[in-house]
Amino acid sequence: MPSFSHFFHTLNSSKGLFIDAMFLTLKLTLVSILIGIIFGLFFALLKISRVKILEYVSNAYVFLVRGTPLIVQIFILYFGFSGLFLIPDFWAAALALAFHNGAYIAEIFRGTIQSVDKGQMEAGRSLGMTRGVTIRRIILPQAFRRALPPLGNQFIIGLKDSSLAAFISMNELFNVSTTLGSNNFDEMTYLLIVAIYYLVLVALLTMAVSMFEKKLAVSDR
Amino acid sequence: MNGREMIRTENLNKSFGKLHVLKDIDMSVYESEVVCLVGASGSGKSTLLRCLNFLEKKDNGGIFIRGEKVSPDTHNLNHVRQTVGMVFQHFNLFPHKTVLENIIEAPTVVKKFSKTQATEEALELLQKVGLEDKADVYPSKLSGGQKQRVAIARSLAMKPDILLFDEPTSALDPELVGEVLATMKELADEGMTMVVVTHEMGFAREVADWIVYMDDGKIVEKDRPSEFFDHPKEERTIEFLKATMLK
Repeated sequence: MPSFSHFFHTLNSSKGLFIDAMFLTLKLTLVSILIGIIFGLFFALLKISRVKILEYVSNAYVFLVRGTPLIVQIFILYFGFSGLFLIPDFWAAALALAFHNGAYIAEIFRGTIQSVDKGQMEAGRSLGMTRGVTIRRIILPQAFRRALPPLGNQFIIGLKDSSLAAFISMNELFNVSTTLGSNNFDEMTYLLIVAIYYLVLVALLTMAVSMFEKKLAVSDR
Repeated sequence: MNGREMIRTENLNKSFGKLHVLKDIDMSVYESEVVCLVGASGSGKSTLLRCLNFLEKKDNGGIFIRGEKVSPDTHNLNHVRQTVGMVFQHFNLFPHKTVLENIIEAPTVVKKFSKTQATEEALELLQKVGLEDKADVYPSKLSGGQKQRVAIARSLAMKPDILLFDEPTSALDPELVGEVLATMKELADEGMTMVVVTHEMGFAREVADWIVYMDDGKIVEKDRPSEFFDHPKEERTIEFLKATMLK
């Protein structure tokens, strides 16, 4: 184990590289979660579409993503994409993570949509609103609010999962820590440092999510 | 005083799986009439009401709205439902919208009214149900009775020809029942055509034009309130009245 003074000295001297890497990690996470939310909403809507074939498509997507390791998905999408199109590494990584997050987010949305009381749909329909309009204006806003805690959780999982992008040479936090560690023959120090960066990011995220939840809770039952 | 026929069912049948809930229901409601559907739980009265609004799909038989046979195959039910409003036992207010937003939702989204016009009408309706000071409050801050009065205003905002009430006071604390019934009585006095599933026999006797007693999916007896309560004809009606009055 590194001594305290050595640890803090290294923490301080490496902060330039780590902070750059932290921004890449954040960007990767943010982009992949946002695209993942779009994927997730899309596949959740397919799931409740009452069209059998669309339900199967949605089920297949969730099955594939949940049934295979993320690192395998990242490699397939990275080498698949870069073999087919010229796509920047960042987007290959972001899309792979988004594809992965999307399946979990689809399940989150499906659950919260179905948790909205049946009477809400009936009330909308009894006022002459179509099923689609009722879903969009009445059901989804309530489902989104209920999805926030699990979405925040998925955000944190996504942040940590983004470390796997190190294996397709993204210079995000984990990659920087292992590179610096092996270059300086000091792996443990840099691993402990990167752990601190992740902890701080997760703590900030947790706070942001709970603030957002409070803000949305004005009409809570 | 037979006015225009507003709603009629002909040989209406409905089953849930093996359970035959509605058996050959023939019923008509004329303009400005208040019809109270009474009967024990499970007698099919709520199902009948929900069929009238097509929230429940009938198996066979006809539903006629103002003389016209309506079915999902030939009619846009979203249009039909604009003329047949519904008030639910559990209010079903939209919790993420304020009282005012609840009321103007359908007029602005379905009827494409401007927000100004819809708001103006909504405030009038709120005044009518005595809740003009609650316009900007979320439903979670209202009592059950207030919620139900908002739900009534929300239905009225679509200017329906007929209003269906599905046990509107059954989920309320006893001391809140009166305010909702008073609002409903006021509507009846103004000539609104109403079909009310209820256990409030006092209300039924005072406000209804007709009482329809259902048991086991059939209409057992239909009569004027005074006849129904004072001189019931069917054995099952007499049993039912005995049981409800003694409680």
